[in-house]
Amino acid sequence: MNAPRLTGIFALPGETPQASRRSFLKIAGGAGAGLVLGMAIPLRGVSTGAIAAASETLQPNPFLQVAPDNTVTVIIKHLDKGQGAATGLATLVAEELDADWSQIKTEFAPADPVKYKNFAFGVQGVGGSTGLSNSYEQYRLAGATAKAMIVAAAAKDWGVPANEITVKAGVVSHGDKRATFGDLASKAAAENVPEKPALKDSKDFVYIGKSFPRVDGKAKTTGAAKFTIDHQFDGMLIATIARPPMFGATVKSFDANEAEKIKGIVKVLQVPQGIAVLATSTWAALQAQRAIKVTWDDSKAEKRSTSDIVAAYKAKLDTPGISARKDGDVEAGFKSAAKVVEVDFEFPYLAHAPMETMDCVIKYDGKSAEIWTGSQLQTVDHGTACAVLGLKPEAVQIHTVWAGGSFGRRAIADSHYVREACEIAKSYGKPVPIKVIWTREDDIKGGYYRPIYVHRIKAGLDKDGNIVSWLHRIVGQSIIAGTPFESGMVKDGIDATSVEGASTLPYAIPNLQVELHTEKTGVPVLWWRSVGATHTAHATEHMIDILAKESGRDPVDFRLAMLAKHPRHAGVLKLAAEKAGWLSGQPPDGKMRGIAVHESFASYVANAAEVSLRDDGSVKVERVVCAIDCGIAVNPDVVIAQVEGGLGYGLGAALKGAITMKGGVVEQSNFDDYDVLRISEMPKVEVYIVPSAQPPTGVGEPGTPVVAPAVANALLAGTNVRTNVLPMNKQKYKGQS
Amino acid sequence: MPTTFTLNGKKTTIDADPETPLLWVIRDDLKLTGTKFGCGAALCGACTVHLDGEAVRSCQIQARDVEGRDVTTIEGVTGNVAAAVRAAWIKLDVAQCGYCQSGQVMAAVGLLSQISKPTDQDIDKAMDGNICRCSTYHRIRAAIHEASTTLPG
Amino acid sequence: MVPHPIRAVLPFAIAGIAVALAAMLPVTTPATVAKAETAVVAGDLFKPIADVLRHPRCMNCHPRDDRPRQGDDRHPHLQNIVRGEDNLGFTNARCTACHRDENNKFSGVPGAPNWHLAPASMGWQGLNDSELCTTLKDQDKNGGKDVAALVKHMEDDKLVLWGWAPGGDRLPVSKPHAAFVTELKAWAAGGAPCPTAN
Repeated sequence: MNAPRLTGIFALPGETPQASRRSFLKIAGGAGAGLVLGMAIPLRGVSTGAIAAASETLQPNPFLQVAPDNTVTVIIKHLDKGQGAATGLATLVAEELDADWSQIKTEFAPADPVKYKNFAFGVQGVGGSTGLSNSYEQYRLAGATAKAMIVAAAAKDWGVPANEITVKAGVVSHGDKRATFGDLASKAAAENVPEKPALKDSKDFVYIGKSFPRVDGKAKTTGAAKFTIDHQFDGMLIATIARPPMFGATVKSFDANEAEKIKGIVKVLQVPQGIAVLATSTWAALQAQRAIKVTWDDSKAEKRSTSDIVAAYKAKLDTPGISARKDGDVEAGFKSAAKVVEVDFEFPYLAHAPMETMDCVIKYDGKSAEIWTGSQLQTVDHGTACAVLGLKPEAVQIHTVWAGGSFGRRAIADSHYVREACEIAKSYGKPVPIKVIWTREDDIKGGYYRPIYVHRIKAGLDKDGNIVSWLHRIVGQSIIAGTPFESGMVKDGIDATSVEGASTLPYAIPNLQVELHTEKTGVPVLWWRSVGATHTAHATEHMIDILAKESGRDPVDFRLAMLAKHPRHAGVLKLAAEKAGWLSGQPPDGKMRGIAVHESFASYVANAAEVSLRDDGSVKVERVVCAIDCGIAVNPDVVIAQVEGGLGYGLGAALKGAITMKGGVVEQSNFDDYDVLRISEMPKVEVYIVPSAQPPTGVGEPGTPVVAPAVANALLAGTNVRTNVLPMNKQKYKGQS
Repeated sequence: MPTTFTLNGKKTTIDADPETPLLWVIRDDLKLTGTKFGCGAALCGACTVHLDGEAVRSCQIQARDVEGRDVTTIEGVTGNVAAAVRAAWIKLDVAQCGYCQSGQVMAAVGLLSQISKPTDQDIDKAMDGNICRCSTYHRIRAAIHEASTTLPG
Repeated sequence: MVPHPIRAVLPFAIAGIAVALAAMLPVTTPATVAKAETAVVAGDLFKPIADVLRHPRCMNCHPRDDRPRQGDDRHPHLQNIVRGEDNLGFTNARCTACHRDENNKFSGVPGAPNWHLAPASMGWQGLNDSELCTTLKDQDKNGGKDVAALVKHMEDDKLVLWGWAPGGDRLPVSKPHAAFVTELKAWAAGGAPCPTAN
């Protein structure tokens, strides 16, 4: 499988599909070795993976079923958290099967690291915008296989040559003979599974490259789509956990007297995560969570304020870090420079704050367990559950369900919210279903943030205004260190996710060095939509405009002159500039305009932003023109939606997103003090897709990181104020133009 | 305490602590899970339902507030405005993760029921309380305009 | 039309009372009273009232524009909340969509009966004491309330009283309500004089 270069989430360099077993050992190793061996047992080829075919249903591989009622059920191996995985993978099957879109249904796959692995990781899971790219051939082959078997069955039935049979929109025909897939399903099931069915030429695509409705569109307008929190079973208990106020604090003692008086409280339990309350209703569980009085042992807790952490990081900017890239000789470059510009940048902690808070439903009877959750890393969550419950993999079933957003939050190396559900179920010890829910306060205060980063970029310009030297020093906490992914993703002291986008700077600069200081805090951190690019795109792309301004050059021309070897960067940059009217004159009256370009997850995105200031000096982004090159756009409308949404997600954080701590205690708690982008702040967005025949690359994340520098560059152009500290509501722009 | 109200057109009696948020009455007691929990503090709009035809946050309405009143949830919202909103939502493929969309649809129906041809400014005022972390706002706005074109002025 | 004692009372007719009250103020000497008796006394009578009215708990719902304010820092109400035609919010964002008859102990969302925004004519933000006082008393702006009705409003109205029991971590009005009422009554008894504009 041709996996794109991935520097983001879970890219395991050098992995191949064949290495999946080794990967699983590596990744689930943290959860217990016994489980790993057990997990490896069901290793078997795809063709024998079909569930026993005594039925009338055609199921030639683990990815689809064709039933006599003419439905085609596509088995979705990835979590769909809004990015459109179900629609995308169903599209690939429908394309090669030549199904009618109306007969397509989707179901999420069970946890199975072999059948349903992500080829980019070697285990089951999704992230790093790999969902479609790693499945592109696999799901097409699945559809082509089924089609070949259906055609073979029809040929036999009708006594005609297979190659004379046509299939179109779910109808198999030859002359005046016609049949549906359903008519042929049971006969097709008896056919041999072809080894290598032919795939369509891209010019014959009827679905790929076209926009058509999402599979989940309707259920998500009627309330029918079922998320984790919507699962209800007879006798189910609802659990909440009184959690520590500081990261690393543990329970010293607790008093549950008041909590136990609340009607509906069934049990109060101490678990490693805090004090859990089990209740017959959500309302009782929520009240009891607050009524528990806990004395915490904070002797090992992180007690610093975020301002202390930033100050400690900034102190490191003066000393060299570990080199992540070295071209030429930066010191010599600075010596030759006519002008040297140095800018420090600060990026705060960011919470993901998906609309559905963390939640997990578990049924555990001592011998087996079933878990329902929006699992982004099924293999890791499965391994964790087995380890905590002391069960073999085959005794634990994970049901992946629709997730109310994730943005990285549900892809957790320590499986913490599945782990705690297992701890509670095990500790309670009664065979009743339990649903663990997080409040919004738990979510905002709960860590797993985009880490704080500080950057320094020192750049030298020659007398003609060309960049001759670029020293980029980054200080921050590693997302990967301490996780089972560390051995695969941290190389020579460099966590690729800390420097991606900086170490891959595309501009032709003769002397260029990127350095990293990796720091430790007690705050759990995590990938946040677009990972390293969340900070590197802003630092690099804003710095480029600062330098363009110093040189008196147009930001587009300044970049293009340095992108001769990077035509895909240049391509999106030119497209966005053209569509934004950059080339044809000044921005509209009273508007400021800025542009930025960045590659992440092998997709290239440029944003041109039109910005104004409100009377109170706050930033209003009026319009953003986006250009994206993501290879083949399997469903252009889904690509556009991801770019629009990714942009909004990035913009909300750029304008006002920050988690701060005082004495180790998080100061925010809900959407009042951690406010996010709202509809009145959403700019007009136009998205243009660069036509491409390249294999598809990521679209979930690349739209996010480019908007902050585009807006900052507009503000720089219009007010001469640098946005070197995010979020923007910490800066003053008014009256400085 | 027994409370009787009309839920989606049906007379319903519940026995709940009077301070129980309507959200949990609907979800836990009455098993209608389309109405979502997002913040518990009237900050996100995921729990939007209609109380006597007006959009409210069901996390702040308590069981005692609904005695004798009319509650409509995403499962029960019908009529030409609701149909137009749903059709526009599907046509423009508004939903991504979809978790907030029950609340968005209820708010859009609330808006279009009172202002059938809303301006962008009307949308900014009427929909700002409904957070969408997928930031489908661009399409929500377009879908409200789209739905409004199919409604009588 | 409600009775209108303010207009009925001639400003100079109250000088006697004013002098008597002024004499109780430690810093006021008879000489200064004699020089600028009405202005000084009037300002002193209204000042403690103005201090209360300027508290965020009162001011947040008396904006001069269409945005209610929130919090002790008086930031514009999140969610783009606006006044609406009837001071009860815009469609979908009606005050009662979230604010009920009492503070929500669990969520912290404040509440009191008839939660609403004061009419734009009763916008106080940015007004000096003189303007604030004049506005407060102007029956064309205050909904036809005479001084007695104003005092009663601030003495009894549940939404006003909420300012002293705002719940959550909101700062209540710092002065006890009873003390405020005493001051209000003294002001009213003094003919509800307004400080001079300067």
